[in-house]
Amino acid sequence: MTDVATHAATSPRFKDNAKSALADADLQNALKFVEVNFIARRREAAERLPEFDALRDSARDIKDHTLAHLDLYLEAYENRVVERGGHVHYAVTGEDARQIILDICRKLGARTVTKGKSMVAEEIGLNDFLAAQGITPIETDLGEYIIQLRHEMPSHIIAPAVHLTKAQIESDFRRVHAHLPAGRNLVEPTSLLTEARAVLREKFLAADVGITGANFLVAETGSSVIITNEGNGDLTQTLPKAHIVLASIEKLVPTLEDLSQLLRVLARSATGQDMSVYTTLSTGPRRPDDPDGPGEYHVVLLDNGRSSMLAGEFRDMLRCIRCGACMNHCPIYHAVGGHAYGWVYPGPMGAVLTPSLIGIDKAGHLPNASTFCGRCEEVCPVRIPLPRMMRSWREREFEQHLSPATVRSGLAFWGFFAKRPWLYGVATALAARLLALAGRTRGRFSWLPLASGWTRHRDFPAPQGGTFQAQWNRQRGRLARPVGQADGPNL
Amino acid sequence: MVRRIGLLVTCLVDLIRPSVGFATAKLMEDAGCIVEVPRQSCCGQPAFNSGDRTAAREIARQVIEAFAPYEYVVVPSGSCAGMLKVHYPELFRGDPNWQPRADAFAEKTYELVSFLVDVCRVDRVAARVEAVATYHDSCSSLRELGVRDQPRRLLATVQGLRLTEMRDADVCCGFGGAFCVKYPEISNAIVSKKAAAIAATGADLLLAGDLGCLMNMAGKLQRDGANIAVRHVAEVLAGMTQEPAIGMPAGPPPCSPPHAAESREGEVKR
Repeated sequence: MTDVATHAATSPRFKDNAKSALADADLQNALKFVEVNFIARRREAAERLPEFDALRDSARDIKDHTLAHLDLYLEAYENRVVERGGHVHYAVTGEDARQIILDICRKLGARTVTKGKSMVAEEIGLNDFLAAQGITPIETDLGEYIIQLRHEMPSHIIAPAVHLTKAQIESDFRRVHAHLPAGRNLVEPTSLLTEARAVLREKFLAADVGITGANFLVAETGSSVIITNEGNGDLTQTLPKAHIVLASIEKLVPTLEDLSQLLRVLARSATGQDMSVYTTLSTGPRRPDDPDGPGEYHVVLLDNGRSSMLAGEFRDMLRCIRCGACMNHCPIYHAVGGHAYGWVYPGPMGAVLTPSLIGIDKAGHLPNASTFCGRCEEVCPVRIPLPRMMRSWREREFEQHLSPATVRSGLAFWGFFAKRPWLYGVATALAARLLALAGRTRGRFSWLPLASGWTRHRDFPAPQGGTFQAQWNRQRGRLARPVGQADGPNL
Repeated sequence: MVRRIGLLVTCLVDLIRPSVGFATAKLMEDAGCIVEVPRQSCCGQPAFNSGDRTAAREIARQVIEAFAPYEYVVVPSGSCAGMLKVHYPELFRGDPNWQPRADAFAEKTYELVSFLVDVCRVDRVAARVEAVATYHDSCSSLRELGVRDQPRRLLATVQGLRLTEMRDADVCCGFGGAFCVKYPEISNAIVSKKAAAIAATGADLLLAGDLGCLMNMAGKLQRDGANIAVRHVAEVLAGMTQEPAIGMPAGPPPCSPPHAAESREGEVKR
């Protein structure tokens, strides 16, 4: 793929990214929050709701049903939006979506746009694009605001600045908000929030266009739904002249009743809240009697590869409601954080989605960097079989001969013996004896040829000597015969 | 009822630690089973998880054939049992000849401890092992096969053994098969946390049901210089702890007195 938004991907350098991440003391400190807090909060929220697992089944079913009839629901949704005076724009690629948004901004003579948190905007590289066209994008979600100050990508899909410590954020605020008194107290997290709010309040009032994402789009009513904890999204979408909703096509749900089912699993899975602080539905532009609201309401529906996922083995991934539970429970994410994944979507969901969006040739490390521990699937509110789909990517990679040569030749060597149990028995018996002899004194090795990946960090136990099969056959060979032989033991 | 068992010992046990295979056989024989060991190599997991479905299928067919005569297939490993029980049917989905065979094979396959408890209804073992032990839940055992209470229930009947839970016993140890050598730094970060959680319990014996995870954790604990013996849960349940713990040399090291070596190993012989 050649889209500008994917050029920035550092996913091919995942290994180097991971090494730097492991050596970054601030990052390692910040990641403890993910490992401890998100997990405990989700568990408590789930335990408080006896029907939580049944709700997950129903959430999965709602999304599956919607995906099976996505064309019909898109049409119904579009009709409702238009009836309410809004506009729907279909964007096949990220490039299309950027151009549509630019045209709307240009028509309104927009100089600044405020933005609610949107991973799809990150996916299409919207901020850099708008800035290059002379339109200033201002992120209004606290986490997004912080990473915009630092020219970084989000490192988590619901907590974009989770990779930072409070001290780092304080020093960024002092650097950027230079007009504020130097002696002010920013020790408490709330003081950081208050300061960001004050700075952003002026931007809200000055913005010409507000762009938000959508957690859901409701076909029944033509509504877009955002779920936030700060209220910034509400100001983004009500104050400016126009509200642009940027959402990918799989965000659709049929009815408000379906929406309420999904809301019951979303916040619990994400932050452990029963509900987020704000759940805001927007339906069309301001009506004559409304006290406030945007004059224009646009929805940009992005495909960007989703409809081809719909037809293939990665379809289940389109159920994702972006709660972040998979990364919150992922030991790899805990170790290296989100930036190491090298593009917009990190963690297990990113390991499945990113290859679909930027290509397995660039994102091959992501589905490989998993122990298949299965915790992601265990907590997914819509039961996406994430390990199975990571394995499917490994299969694609293997079929296309993209796996590293060392992996392929190692596998071929092992496979040659594994497919010939008799030869395998001879070879392993020899190996076991040699290794046992070599490791007899210490009982383990601190270095082994061709195994430095293991022995750099761990000792390797010496075999006890002689394979199990050889010993068993020696001890029991004459006692037990294969079942079905005439002279087998009587039962 | 006498059950005729085909023991799939796993390639790691076969090569590295045969004593786990003998402990497994003893546990099943104590439960009244007849144990046999057909010629075998590996369950095919390395190929399957590396994306080589063709090789994985070829090996799976070979395993299904080799174990066709047995009423049950028992495996002293959660991840290999998971491969047989969960992923073989996946490998042959839609294949008119092999899908039914893979399904039937999956049906009769069990991880060792769940076989003892859930099928043979074993509720106690006769072993005696003096130690304070902590048990790590291997990911596949726990999440693919639902093995959690069974080993703890049997371990509670081992005389002299006190079980203490580590923090995050259900979190991956960072082994992940080829993962640990493909991404050694990340694997190391994960196993370092695991080793710290194990050490924090004060236990002198670490147990789990998968040799891969055990080798990973033992290798890290030993590299860190921790004095914690590491064994497969089958060895303790069978009371077969005569062999040195994983990664330990045979006999006490020449310089230390015998009882010091014994306490460092974290156990007293049966």
